[in-house]
Amino acid sequence: MKYEPVIGLEVHLQLKTKTKAFCGCSTLFGQRPNSQSCPVCLGLPGSLPKLNHEAFGHSIKVALALHCSVQKEIKFDRKNYYYPDLPKNFQISQYDKPVAHDGFVDISSCGKIKKIRIKRVHLEEDAGKLIHQTGGPYSLFDCNRAGMPLLEIVTEPDINSPEEAYDYLTGLKSILKYLEVSDCDMEKGSLRCDANISVRPAGSDKLGSKVELKNMNSFKAVRLALEHEVSRQMEAVSAGEKLQQETRLWDAGKAVTLLMRTKEEAHDYRYFPEPDLVPFVPDPSYVEDIRKTIPEMPDAKAKRFKERFNLSDYDIAVLVSDKAAADYFEKCLESYDNPKTVANWIMGDITAQSNLKNTGIRELGISPQGLAELLKMIDGQLISGKMAKEVLLEAIEKRCEPAQIVRSKGLEQLSDKGELEKIVKVILGRNEKSVQDYKGGKKNALTFIIGQVMRETKGKANPAVINEILKKSLGE
Amino acid sequence: MAGKCGKLYKKAAKVTKVIDKATVKHVALLSRLALDEREETTYSTQLASILSYINKLNELDTKDTPPTSHVLSNLRNVDRADVLKESLKAEEALANAPEKEGDFFRIPKVIEGK
Repeated sequence: MKYEPVIGLEVHLQLKTKTKAFCGCSTLFGQRPNSQSCPVCLGLPGSLPKLNHEAFGHSIKVALALHCSVQKEIKFDRKNYYYPDLPKNFQISQYDKPVAHDGFVDISSCGKIKKIRIKRVHLEEDAGKLIHQTGGPYSLFDCNRAGMPLLEIVTEPDINSPEEAYDYLTGLKSILKYLEVSDCDMEKGSLRCDANISVRPAGSDKLGSKVELKNMNSFKAVRLALEHEVSRQMEAVSAGEKLQQETRLWDAGKAVTLLMRTKEEAHDYRYFPEPDLVPFVPDPSYVEDIRKTIPEMPDAKAKRFKERFNLSDYDIAVLVSDKAAADYFEKCLESYDNPKTVANWIMGDITAQSNLKNTGIRELGISPQGLAELLKMIDGQLISGKMAKEVLLEAIEKRCEPAQIVRSKGLEQLSDKGELEKIVKVILGRNEKSVQDYKGGKKNALTFIIGQVMRETKGKANPAVINEILKKSLGE
Repeated sequence: MAGKCGKLYKKAAKVTKVIDKATVKHVALLSRLALDEREETTYSTQLASILSYINKLNELDTKDTPPTSHVLSNLRNVDRADVLKESLKAEEALANAPEKEGDFFRIPKVIEGK
């Protein structure tokens, strides 16, 4: 029998706000342990939580971008559990009236567009950090992260392969980055993903026992863990084993999933309404105002780029996946109207540098106009393409515009015909043997002569002009 | 003490058996409480009594009463601007901790599922 995987994903997104979800403590990353807490997030008696307006707005913005219906009445609930990562002994989350529900994302996977339904989007607080000391009977607790605003985005089980899961995550991340509501930085934990996976006979509409996968810290890890889990479950089912509902942890080092706990026990959360937070009834005009702040989404931008510029689908997909790069591209075109060249430079040297420095395209310090100037200099034969690359690197290092580097180093290409003719004459006089060789039919000799001219001019001579002069002087 | 309480609640528990020993064991596990057999019996009885009492409330006709999770039933949309407030210093946050280590709270290790 043929089996197919059924996958649902839960993404946790840390919203970009100055303060925590329910108190005024800072959300800065990497601060001194327990230096970002107050009576509210420490759960001290008598303290009362109050919802961060910005976090609420961000959550509605995400909900709208994912085509969800925003709930008319939104309420918060307490999720009770005894794992000691929140001092209050419960997490403020949402149970039956989340921020929004029933949306979708269109993803492109294997050359096709697929609709992944979004079940719900809800706002909750993040837990603190526990450090387990190996061997000892104690754990250490840092409250700094406790109470940070977290948005949970849950899909329906519409994903049918690890590849699709990867494409969904990539597409979702790109949408979330466009919305500018989160850093989406998996390394800092501001974007995290858990997966639910089961297998069933192909074509069946029944769901098998689902396994929850945790501890995957990159999209690639999600894909690998799912691939491993699909084969593990298919082998088990094919061998007639019955799978049980459980949570498994991805062990990246061993590339296997390991049993963490059986699910029933851990999921008895006894939700009840949070009495310290009153319900929220967002005004329709407030929701509409937020809708107006949503920028052009990646798929719409891709469509527009395809109509307007003569670029390959691949180029468009790469440019559009990063809003900053797409904006940079368009800005650059305002001063230099050659989409393919600009796209090549952005996707090549510029992206390479931003990856190397692990920073955004704008943080490299080269303005789109600056890049446009550089490209114009190549076209005007003031510098060669090879030089331009070096200039770009140096400009990034020195944090200035490329044109400044060109000017300060006198790198402008030597294109003055009279000047070059003099130099060529000297070189030909010095290399009579090569001239004889060339005239005797050895075409390679010309390359050698050009090389000598380049050496003489420290690489600044314009090759096209030299070629022209040489061919004339060598009698062609 | 437990014996006395047990006697006190026994009568009520007989009326409606609303909670069994298995449920008490499950709740104890979720709460990370280690109960011995005698405590399990005691708490089954006591919880049964409390829950029977709450069952009595179900006799009321609440068909036309809207559920209220808040005393201030008309209050909506209470939020705050995203403005930084000074946090406690690490020393202050840790001041009441029974145990600490450096800048951290030190707590008994809990590994899930055990």
